[in-house]
Amino acid sequence: MSSFAYPSLAMGRRLPNLWDVVAILCVFSAIVGLVHVGHGALVPLNAPHATEISLDPANLPSYAARTTLRMFAAILASLFFTLTYATAAAKSRRLGLILVPILDILQSVPILGFLTFTVVFFMSLFPGQVLGLELAAVFAIFTSQAWNMAFSFYQSLKTVPADLAEASDSFHLTGWQRFWRLEVPFAVPGLVWNTMMSMSGGWFFVVASEAISVGDNTWKLPGIGSYVALALEQRDIHAVLYAIAAMLVVILLYDQLLFRPLVAWSAKFRFETTASATAEDPWVLRIIRRTRLLQLAGEAVGNAVGAIGGLRLSFLRRRSATANQKPSRVVDVLCLLALLPVLGWAGYSLVSYVATELSWTDLRQVFVLGLITMLRVIVLIILASLIWVPIGVWIGLRPVWARRVQPLAQFLAAFPANLLFPPVVLAIVSFHLNPDIWLTPLMVLGTQWYILFNVVAGAAAFPGDLQEVAKNFQVGGFLWWRRVILPGIFSYYVTGAITASGGSWNAAIVAEVVSWGTTKLTAHGLGAYIADATDKGDMARVVLGVAVMSGFVLLFNRLLWRPLYAFAQRRLTLA
Amino acid sequence: MDTIVAAHPTLLEVQACRQSYRKDAGNADLLVLDDVNLTLREGEIVALLGRSGSGKSTLLRIVAGLLKPTAGRVMWRGEQIEGPADGVAMVFQSFALFPWLTVQENVELGLEARGVPRVEREQRAEAAIDLIGLGGFESAYPKELSGGMRQRVGLARALVVHPDLLLMDEPFSALDVLTAETLRTDLIDLWSDGRLPVKSVLMVTHNIEEAVLMTDRILVFSTNPGRVASELVVPFPHPRNRLDPAFRQMVDDIYALMTRRAAPGLRAATALAPAAIAMPLMLVGTNMMSGLMETLAGPPYEGRADLPALAGSLQLEADELLPLGETLQLLNFAVVEEGDIHLTDQGRSFVNAETDDRKRLFADALRTHVPLAAMIRQVLDERWNHRASAVRFRDELEDHMSPDYADQTLRSVIGWGRYAELFSYDEEAEQFSLEDIE
Repeated sequence: MSSFAYPSLAMGRRLPNLWDVVAILCVFSAIVGLVHVGHGALVPLNAPHATEISLDPANLPSYAARTTLRMFAAILASLFFTLTYATAAAKSRRLGLILVPILDILQSVPILGFLTFTVVFFMSLFPGQVLGLELAAVFAIFTSQAWNMAFSFYQSLKTVPADLAEASDSFHLTGWQRFWRLEVPFAVPGLVWNTMMSMSGGWFFVVASEAISVGDNTWKLPGIGSYVALALEQRDIHAVLYAIAAMLVVILLYDQLLFRPLVAWSAKFRFETTASATAEDPWVLRIIRRTRLLQLAGEAVGNAVGAIGGLRLSFLRRRSATANQKPSRVVDVLCLLALLPVLGWAGYSLVSYVATELSWTDLRQVFVLGLITMLRVIVLIILASLIWVPIGVWIGLRPVWARRVQPLAQFLAAFPANLLFPPVVLAIVSFHLNPDIWLTPLMVLGTQWYILFNVVAGAAAFPGDLQEVAKNFQVGGFLWWRRVILPGIFSYYVTGAITASGGSWNAAIVAEVVSWGTTKLTAHGLGAYIADATDKGDMARVVLGVAVMSGFVLLFNRLLWRPLYAFAQRRLTLA
Repeated sequence: MDTIVAAHPTLLEVQACRQSYRKDAGNADLLVLDDVNLTLREGEIVALLGRSGSGKSTLLRIVAGLLKPTAGRVMWRGEQIEGPADGVAMVFQSFALFPWLTVQENVELGLEARGVPRVEREQRAEAAIDLIGLGGFESAYPKELSGGMRQRVGLARALVVHPDLLLMDEPFSALDVLTAETLRTDLIDLWSDGRLPVKSVLMVTHNIEEAVLMTDRILVFSTNPGRVASELVVPFPHPRNRLDPAFRQMVDDIYALMTRRAAPGLRAATALAPAAIAMPLMLVGTNMMSGLMETLAGPPYEGRADLPALAGSLQLEADELLPLGETLQLLNFAVVEEGDIHLTDQGRSFVNAETDDRKRLFADALRTHVPLAAMIRQVLDERWNHRASAVRFRDELEDHMSPDYADQTLRSVIGWGRYAELFSYDEEAEQFSLEDIE
């Protein structure tokens, strides 16, 4: 199966190098700049109550539609970003040196912590208009989608088969034609898969980004997210259940109408020379392929795209034959030198900004809170693995079950878990449970499914002859787990666990603080710290919290997941 | 026939072409091609024949404009080539079809790139598809086709642009024997009938019979660095008969030529190379070696065989058999000369020995004749912990050869050393050691 594209996993090195430092500086000075602009505009803004939310379930369809529209706006933006950013990174070696680490850093930044400031920033661009809010929401979703899509595309561009590239050259395809005839089609399967994963993550953010409060101001955009926020304020559990039901329908529709057909269609672009057994077409694709009218419409779209891709445009001057010369180191150094003043200025403003607002005690406190949240993430991933790995293996080895459960698990992964928080909160409140312990499972509520469906996929792909060998030699019990199935599914499991742990860090920001009417439950942790600082509009602490969390995620990826992943790829892949 | 061709206008001229691989440490350039000259006229099919690594594919890519030579000039119709030239189309060993395009769309690709209007594009594509015998498959995707059909698509795609020069990079080597033969004869029939819309063909091959069967002129390449070792004119008219004694004699002669050139080359490499360990080794399995030695020792060969005949009966291509023979020669288990191979006394005693003795004989041969293997063992013996990283040997090799060759050489020596129990190797740690030895 296609896997999630993680910049942090694919690169060879582990310890941060010069380019990482440059990337970190770029990312965080941009964020501080954004926050600064947003902060300046914070004061004169009045809370626009132009958009009233009503808890009447009759409004839910239109709310759901608006939420969905935001999703699609964001996915289009992400696609545009992917096609430009990744292309630049892949085509220019020097741009790639800095653009790829930036992707890696951006992926580790829990952007949820900055929601407030992006809202304020976009509202200052469009004062007093709902458009600003809409853009902020779309931007939040965009930040949850774009990085892995861009990286998947970048990887595809870097691995275009050499013979096809030579064929394109020798048949005189222009750069533009080569892009649309060779590079984009080659990237389609990975891109579609990553877009699907991104959309799944996006629902979480769209729900979180619709209702934002900074200090005393609250902004609500009509949508399912603000509907739930209002229901929480008014302690209306029925409304929460309606919203959950509406979301279920929306995700079911999006899954069935859009992504199943897309994934099936993208199989056409899979780069393989032998015809492999193909799954049956999803019903929607079957309808499109068999209905004359829809087929014509599809062909028209295809022809239009083909015509655009066939244009003999060339943006770069004609590539002459490639001489195998090593690129000049001197120019590299010159580029870096040219960057230096900008970086120096960015570093200086970053340090001076932080130094005026924060002390070392803050850093120590945040670090300890980070450790607490990390402990939560680790415990949760272990627990989720203990539960879902055996279940996933059991299901995966039974093809009939696997076929049924696989789409269900993917579906559950797409469901925004924050909609499920209220019932849990209600339970904690009514049974007087300890929030430090019982809020923890919320972090993994939405992300555990990644472990399940990856393990199911791994077990389903486990070779039949190896199973027979195990049976033939009567390998059973613990030995079977240790020697046969666990190594067999390990690379799949790691892929799932990486996604799950990454998502859990992000979810901490909304899961460590929850409220039910006026009751507010808080667990100790970095997520709660960021959420609290956000509430107070204390930007310096938000920046600190987010930076430390990014650091934790980055180190977690580099020191734990990447070596595990590399090991799995090297040793435990059934080729 | 060559006199007629000689009167034809010159299409392509390669002058003093040299291609080197430059190592970033700034060490000596590693030569892939050295001083290659080639003139191609209208109306002829020319083969570049050589072993893998002789730089013949590199030369083809230089002619195609995909690669820029380090030195020398490539003149196409009197003008120097800068990038892919008009009127040159290429057929790839791996077919290089776009899996997401149908047969028709694949064939139209080159026309589309030239901005040929749609109607004309379709007509020309259909004509090419019919010519090459693919009619009825227009809407199929490449993965629905067999290998032979795929290469027909590759041919149609090249022919549809009506190139003056058709380049073919080992076009039939990825196909099974029967399919390859059908395609060869189809192509030659079209050429002889004047139905191929091309003026000249340049093909790369390592198959000696293929070259003699199809082409008018053969340039035999030597390895390390790639040079044109000799040039032969094939005088037979089409259609050619593989069983014709003159045909057989020519194949035999080329075998002799290739083995004669290779043997001193190897010895020269050992003697002249800056460090003896930097001898490129060929990736030949120990099972293949003992298999060949056993075959040679048994009837009907009784220790001596004619290489073309041996290749035929073992179903091995020259490209597979020659490295095998040369490796045996390197280890002093056999001698290859004038198209023949015969076992040495060491070779015979290897065949007669039991498993453990064979390993000992092999280890002795490695230590005596493969300086790299001897050096690895020596380093291990000297170290207190009997461990050594493979990286240092790889680095040393890369000073003298391309990374691909260094990798191949290292992998060969690891395989041989493991078999001989000269040393063991931990793939994970990339480390040689003496664990489990003795």
